[in-house]
Amino acid sequence: MATPALVIRPAAPPGAPLPPALLVERVSKRFEVGRGSAPVEAVSDVSMRLERGVIHGVLGANGSGKSTLIRLIAGLLTLDSGRVEVFGRDVVRDELAVKRLINRVSVDAAFFKKLSPMENLTFAARVYGLEVRAARQAVYEILERLHVGRDRVDRPMQQLSRGMQQKVAIARAFLTSPVLLLLDEPTTGLDPRSKLDVRRFIEELRDTHETTIVLTTHDLEEAEQLSDRITVIDGGRVVAEDTPAGLIASASERLGRPATLWDVFMAYTGRSLDDDVAEEAQEAIE
Amino acid sequence: MTRIADDLRASYAFAERNFFLTRRTWPWEAAFLVYSVASALSISFIGVDQGSARLVLSLMIGAIFWNYLSVVFGWIAETIAVERWEGTLEYTMMAPIRRSTRLVGQVGYAMVYGLIHTAAIFIVLILFFPQIDLSRANPVTTLVFMALGSFSFVGIGILAAILPLLYVERGAQMTFVVQSGLLLVSGVYYPISVLPGWMQVLSHLSPATYVLDGVRAGLADGVGIADLGRDVLPLIALGIVLIPFGLWAFGRAELHARRTGKLKRVG
Repeated sequence: MATPALVIRPAAPPGAPLPPALLVERVSKRFEVGRGSAPVEAVSDVSMRLERGVIHGVLGANGSGKSTLIRLIAGLLTLDSGRVEVFGRDVVRDELAVKRLINRVSVDAAFFKKLSPMENLTFAARVYGLEVRAARQAVYEILERLHVGRDRVDRPMQQLSRGMQQKVAIARAFLTSPVLLLLDEPTTGLDPRSKLDVRRFIEELRDTHETTIVLTTHDLEEAEQLSDRITVIDGGRVVAEDTPAGLIASASERLGRPATLWDVFMAYTGRSLDDDVAEEAQEAIE
Repeated sequence: MTRIADDLRASYAFAERNFFLTRRTWPWEAAFLVYSVASALSISFIGVDQGSARLVLSLMIGAIFWNYLSVVFGWIAETIAVERWEGTLEYTMMAPIRRSTRLVGQVGYAMVYGLIHTAAIFIVLILFFPQIDLSRANPVTTLVFMALGSFSFVGIGILAAILPLLYVERGAQMTFVVQSGLLLVSGVYYPISVLPGWMQVLSHLSPATYVLDGVRAGLADGVGIADLGRDVLPLIALGIVLIPFGLWAFGRAELHARRTGKLKRVG
């Protein structure tokens, strides 16, 4: 796959141990929700450390703080306290340098919907300083790998299905060769075939490009299959962190029977994913 | 030097993207051009009714200039509003580029598009009113004033862009307040001498006042740039102040948006 090469200049001096791909240290974020109401603590004292080339799952119920955490890492929200470093570079002090290293895919594919995938991705290529001709070739190759045909590349995004749009969003993120990729529920709402395409692509990214990936998802099978480690967040706080197997083993021990990641989710968040779905449906009705 | 070239390339990305948007929505752009021509014609006919070719030219210049400001402010405000609506603003903010790079591209495209739009209207109006005598016109004066005024309008455009950044539902419409304020005090359709004293003070703070003065003097009377120092100097001063102030204010607004979570998709 032809993608622009990226050289990471380590922030640490020669000979020093390489910094982690992502360091989140005691990060907190609260939002004011209105006069007379107490602020909402969206993320509270969260710490994480990711080495290069791992996929790190983040699980939590709706409103648990997963997306806020992703936005804090991406620099889209200011930190109230704590610090975030990407390859040893502080997201606040070295903002531009960090931005060159990361990209993000969110749950909803955000594009200028009147423009085509190629027009949207050409824009992305230019703002990331890529050579446009090479980037256009890379766009075709990445989209082909994700089973998006060439006949879709020049159609307005609004004519593409949600699954196709999400694949274009993944292509946009990958086009810039991020060494840290933030995937915020990237497969939510996709059909099984599209989910599989995206999962395989994520694994390929990790295996062939050593990309470090933070993956938030509600799909527990996906989390178990893809993640090297998983952090469970509840009410903005980290309530568990281990390998998928380690989390399941702990849950088995607590329950006194063979457990699944579903049991882990229930045990640490006090609710099932069915509760989340029911809550979403209720919110939609209201 | 390389950094400037990189910045310019990134700025061009915004101009190119907005050109793609214009191309996709060309029927709407054509309809807006027809509306703008009709609007400028209807105002210019007031001069015909008064039997004064000079008044026709003065109203024409005012109508064309008003159209230019409308196009520039409309593009800046709507692009940011659409970015929040579509959710792309977060991706734009994540890109490894400076705020000024981003804004120069957006505002630059709006101004170039505004100039082309305005030129098209000007040509139609000249064809419509053959009694207008432009034989004495000094195009250099006109171009210099448009160019000098552009610096100030970039600054004001950046300031106006704060509104759709913070208020997605009605921010774009709120830029009309800025626009109509300039319309009221800058002598777009009447001399500022008819305004109450306190409004005349405000008119001296508007770059549009000096641009309109200069363009009218250049087109109607053929006055050279050297004789218009009283308009040129304040225009340069306003440009020097407004661009950095606009960037600073937008930076504060962006920080507020990042603190309160207002960069998120709304729609």
